[in-house]
Amino acid sequence: MNRIAAIAVHTFKESVREKVLYNLVVFAILMIAAGLILGGVSVGINDIALVNLGLSAISVFGLVIAVFIGISLVWKEIERRTVYNILSKPVARAEFVLGKFLGLVLTLVVNTAIMTAGFYLVLWYEKGTLGAPDLAPLEAAYFILLQLTLIVAVALLFSTISSPVLSAVFTLSLYVIGNLLDDLRSLGAQSGRAALRGLLRALSLVLPDFGAFGDIAPAAHGQLIPGHRILTHSLYAALYATVLVSSTILIFERRELR
Amino acid sequence: MRALETTELTKEYRLGFWPKRRKLALDRLTLAVDQGEVFGLLGPNGAGKTTLLKLLLGLIFPTTGAARILGRPLGDVRVHARIGYLPENPSFYDHLTASEFLNYAGWLCGLDAAARRRRGRDLLEQVGLAESAAVALRRFSKGMVQRLGIAQALVNDPDVVFLDEPMSGLDPLGRREVRDLILDLRRQGKTVFFSTHILPDAETLCDRVAILNHGRLLGLGTVQEILGGSLESIELILHDPVPGVLQALAAFTTASVRTGDRVRLELAPDADVETVLAAALHAGARIISLNPVKASLEDYFLARIKDAVATAAGKGAGGGEAGRA
Repeated sequence: MNRIAAIAVHTFKESVREKVLYNLVVFAILMIAAGLILGGVSVGINDIALVNLGLSAISVFGLVIAVFIGISLVWKEIERRTVYNILSKPVARAEFVLGKFLGLVLTLVVNTAIMTAGFYLVLWYEKGTLGAPDLAPLEAAYFILLQLTLIVAVALLFSTISSPVLSAVFTLSLYVIGNLLDDLRSLGAQSGRAALRGLLRALSLVLPDFGAFGDIAPAAHGQLIPGHRILTHSLYAALYATVLVSSTILIFERRELR
Repeated sequence: MRALETTELTKEYRLGFWPKRRKLALDRLTLAVDQGEVFGLLGPNGAGKTTLLKLLLGLIFPTTGAARILGRPLGDVRVHARIGYLPENPSFYDHLTASEFLNYAGWLCGLDAAARRRRGRDLLEQVGLAESAAVALRRFSKGMVQRLGIAQALVNDPDVVFLDEPMSGLDPLGRREVRDLILDLRRQGKTVFFSTHILPDAETLCDRVAILNHGRLLGLGTVQEILGGSLESIELILHDPVPGVLQALAAFTTASVRTGDRVRLELAPDADVETVLAAALHAGARIISLNPVKASLEDYFLARIKDAVATAAGKGAGGGEAGRA
């Protein structure tokens, strides 16, 4: 556990030192600009637009970090041969993979938390007060974080078996497909061919359902997410990430580090 | 319990995409290293030295055969708590400083925060990087990286230290310091297993050496055993001898070289030294020194490599004849 923590903290520190969190500056500028521009729009509309913009920005910035840091997490260590220094210590390969994964998740938690706090600051400034419906964006931000955790797990898996460019292509493709699973299901239901219907249904069950975590629009209208949905989605993300990280470990344990 | 044992350890790489070519990097290597030994692994580029070290560290996996480090089989990472490893041309994290990196390495080895601080400070002092403790590693020269690599290999005070080309990238002073460090580790009872191209270093430092070429073991033993203790020749150095002296010694001499006011005469290894000295003194020679010249490890190494190449060529030619027949 101690070794996993060491690798996770080091991965977080690396992200910070390599200026990954600079995106927070861009986010802050975006939020301040939005606050100034939307201040002139009628009350109600501006809040919806602000929540939409704020949560979309949190999602996009998080996605960029999750994909582009995730795809190089393991690859960079192998390419630069720094992995030799780690695995020659009493560190199991599984601990290495888990530490790298948790380190990037920690980076995303900190990044999302700071952005969410900044977003609430602007929202409070705009509205002058915050009420119970304003918890909806917080829940949506939590769902974004669950989605980012899944993306990191996908990127990590690809980064152990292919180059960063291919990993980025695979991860982003899976992200797009994972956001269209509802369409995939409807397409399957409407298909006359049983084989195609079965295939699309199987795909929609096996592929990660990124679309299930997109609650930005309801949050903008102050709709809170039911407690049971928060629980099931949290379990889904945890289970799916466990399967992906376990697969990564199985692959990495057999990989020769020439 | 041996520090290290390998049994018929073999590594075959499959290279290329389609069709895959096979390359035998290590061929049925069997050797044992006792605890407290300084063991040198010698061989040209591509001999299999780095492959062997990577196999022992679990970075790659053997095709066949087995190995044990301190009694534990390959793949058991618990034994890594008792070993240290310096990779060939080590590479570290640009965003860390030297002391931060040693802190990280110590953390991975299970040291507590106070022990990490203390150990890091001592090691940086020991490898001559104390003044660069807070410098980012991206600013380190190759020699400094090599020194830090040695420091991180020692962070857990290991019983067995594997060093892949430890002198690489170091200036003469740095090489001397690493030599002293290895001798110091031996004094502490540690086992040092290192690969090197620099044969005089191996000759000076190693209790035993193994010579590898194309993955095969060509020789194994103490330097004395390998060289057989036999004399190559006897060297007689004279101060500015008159021609009569050289004529008097011509019968015993196999070669002579003048350098300034000195002449170096090479005598056959079985020359009767007393007779030669008597003849030299009788002719009026001023003798500076008389030294036995033993075969160096370098001579042996080159001869064995040449033998191996000749044998391989012979086999190839023989195979061709057989094929034609």
